[in-house]
Amino acid sequence: MGRLFAIEVIYRGIFQKTLATRLTRSIVLAAHEDGKLGISFGRYGDSPERNGIPAKGFAIVADDAQTLEEGMAKYEPKEVDVTIVVDDTLCKGVESWAWYGLQPVNKLLKPGGTLIVTSREQPEALLQMAHRKETPYNLAILKGTVSFSGLWVYKDDHTDVRILGAVAKLLPGLFSLKSVQKVIVDQWNDKVKAESAARAYERIETVPVKPGTGNPEVPYHFNFPKWHEMGDGIAIPCIPAGGAVEDPTTHASGGWRPERNPTFKKYTTRTMRPVVNFDTCIKCTLCWLQCPDSCFDVTPEGLYDANMQACCGCGVCEAVCPVKECVTMVNETEFEDNSSQWEAWRKDEKGYEAWLADKIKSHPERSHGFRYRGQYEEQVPAALEVAGDK
Amino acid sequence: MATATVVEEKRSTDKTALITGSEAIAVACKLADVDVITAYPIRPYDTVMQYICKLVANGEMDCEYIVAEGEHSQFEIVKHACACGARVFCGSSGVGWMYAMEALTVTPALRIPMVAMVGNRALDDPGAFGVEHNDALAVRDLGWQLVWVDSAQEALDTALIAYRVSEDRRIFLPCAISCDGAFLTHSQALVQIPSQEKVNEFLPRYNRADLLLHPDNPITVAPQGNEDWVMEIRRQNYAAMERVSVVLKEAYADFERIFGRSYGNPFFEEYMTDDADIVLMGMGTLSTPVRVAIRQMRNGGKKVGFVRMRWFRPFAAAELAKSLSRFKAVGVIDRDYSFGSPYMSGVVTTEVRTAMYSAPGPKIPVLGFIAGLGGREVTVPDVETVAASVYKAAEGKSQPLTQWIGLRE
Repeated sequence: MGRLFAIEVIYRGIFQKTLATRLTRSIVLAAHEDGKLGISFGRYGDSPERNGIPAKGFAIVADDAQTLEEGMAKYEPKEVDVTIVVDDTLCKGVESWAWYGLQPVNKLLKPGGTLIVTSREQPEALLQMAHRKETPYNLAILKGTVSFSGLWVYKDDHTDVRILGAVAKLLPGLFSLKSVQKVIVDQWNDKVKAESAARAYERIETVPVKPGTGNPEVPYHFNFPKWHEMGDGIAIPCIPAGGAVEDPTTHASGGWRPERNPTFKKYTTRTMRPVVNFDTCIKCTLCWLQCPDSCFDVTPEGLYDANMQACCGCGVCEAVCPVKECVTMVNETEFEDNSSQWEAWRKDEKGYEAWLADKIKSHPERSHGFRYRGQYEEQVPAALEVAGDK
Repeated sequence: MATATVVEEKRSTDKTALITGSEAIAVACKLADVDVITAYPIRPYDTVMQYICKLVANGEMDCEYIVAEGEHSQFEIVKHACACGARVFCGSSGVGWMYAMEALTVTPALRIPMVAMVGNRALDDPGAFGVEHNDALAVRDLGWQLVWVDSAQEALDTALIAYRVSEDRRIFLPCAISCDGAFLTHSQALVQIPSQEKVNEFLPRYNRADLLLHPDNPITVAPQGNEDWVMEIRRQNYAAMERVSVVLKEAYADFERIFGRSYGNPFFEEYMTDDADIVLMGMGTLSTPVRVAIRQMRNGGKKVGFVRMRWFRPFAAAELAKSLSRFKAVGVIDRDYSFGSPYMSGVVTTEVRTAMYSAPGPKIPVLGFIAGLGGREVTVPDVETVAASVYKAAEGKSQPLTQWIGLRE
């Protein structure tokens, strides 16, 4: 039996779909240049995709048809040689909208496999987010900002070919740099893109990740019921209405916290999250009213606390808030947990103030791809600098 | 100064492309130079309409492309276009296909050689997108030719064969090509795309001849008829369906001659059956885990074979029964259900039992298995579970006639 390769691409639904498809297709085509066979596909359960929801694409490659069939005999690969993550906030995990629970980003990596992440963070920051794994693997950071190059019109920032160049280096048995460059030129007739692949090939480096390294949190999961445990007639119970919120210091009860879906959290859906300055809030209700996901809990004193079980990170609250710097969207990589900001503020106002200032200072800006017209163009120089291509 | 004469050789070689099963069918439509296409989106069929749309937009394909306001109109429009002599294509999935049902029932009676693609999808509710075969099987009694494919290459080739057979004046019946949702419609594989010259050689132009609805050929199609007329009309359809086998074999033989790719027996494909004790059966892409499981089981000394049904209508009963009589027991994996059917078995199981009942020779056990509904993965261990039960039946041990596999129970 020949060798079997499996590569997965973890990306943000819709925004990065074109990017992911380009990657999986090009991997198969480049391997085919080197005489191999392969298939590429997106995880059907992820589609039709929702904006920003974590999604997966796969490329399966083999030396011969029979080995390829072994790889195809599964709904999706159970282990992969390389996991490509095109948005570093996805290091927190993958919760598809199809209710699979939360899968650690490194879950499918074989022992000794490689996790490639496009990021401007240091390895330590990414490993703080990625869940603990009991087998060793390698982390390769492809320096760059998050590419939203698949959003409606393809903004060609070379993220695709830089990743392909890195894969040629990190998994040399899959395809050669020469083959992937040929595929790049064949598909896009662009020698500069082929050159970008070569530069990434030269520059990519890995750091070893020892067993037991990473976020110790137990990933959120749930058990599927058996057929005779499920209600008849496809009728399911509604989510209960909710109830009052308790103040952690005074134990006063009041306000309103809606109950939320126990089988679907949005912990990994966000690329940014709102941080709230409760001291400046004027209780105008706009964030609570306009939030498309009803993510705000109403506190006993009438403040609004963004609940991380429900927040998608869309930024509408920041946009509608009439108070300067009361709600600020901050890069999700800055956060270690999903706990309540209001509770933290109630327990320690001074400490919260310092925490808030620090969060806002670090990386408040991050493109969703649609915050305002012209934002992407503004960010190009910084992106080039991160990539070392000033 | 001497000048070299450059002779440009008109080359027409096959090309390799990385495309999905849906895209492969779209490419077949282009190669078949289809005249009228109607579309209405529903997953997973919509991938074929999107790709045809792209081919038209890129100027690679010239056809009337009509987006209907629903599936019923979608199938009605191509029915009429086809009566006027146009080569047509359309398709749907799941409840979209069912919404077109009235149009689907009249198409064979009017002897319309429409070619459709069914991207197999579970019927609603609960509104799932995964594969189940009940959508296409719903027309199994109506005069539609039904074929299941298991690779993008086979999808492309079968679409060309479907036009050739359906548009043969001896047949003039519609044909639905079933492609498993996700596994085929959304998975990109390396496909050989034949040259236009080869396709032209294989596929004659559609000639509606005496049935052409045209002012130069004044006819009326489908007038109201009473009870004096219906049985004879049905008998004509029966005769046309009876003729399909012969025309189909001709088409596959010609396909092999021109394209150099052989599908062996057109009706069903046998895998490792020569020395098999027992065989498994099924349709569509579950062939992949089944073949892998069979290789693994054979490493452990279990001689299991596989028969993949390709053409379900017409059903090659005599040929199939003859082939299956070589084995000690048969296990049929249905990716469909038929609640209240004999022994509560799936559709394919019941048909296989019917075929076997009238065949000469000893009666062998035919066990039915329901698996992979709604796109549930059929795993290699699932297949091993099925084979273990079929082995027990072969040894004379009593086994349930219908079993659910891969269910949470």
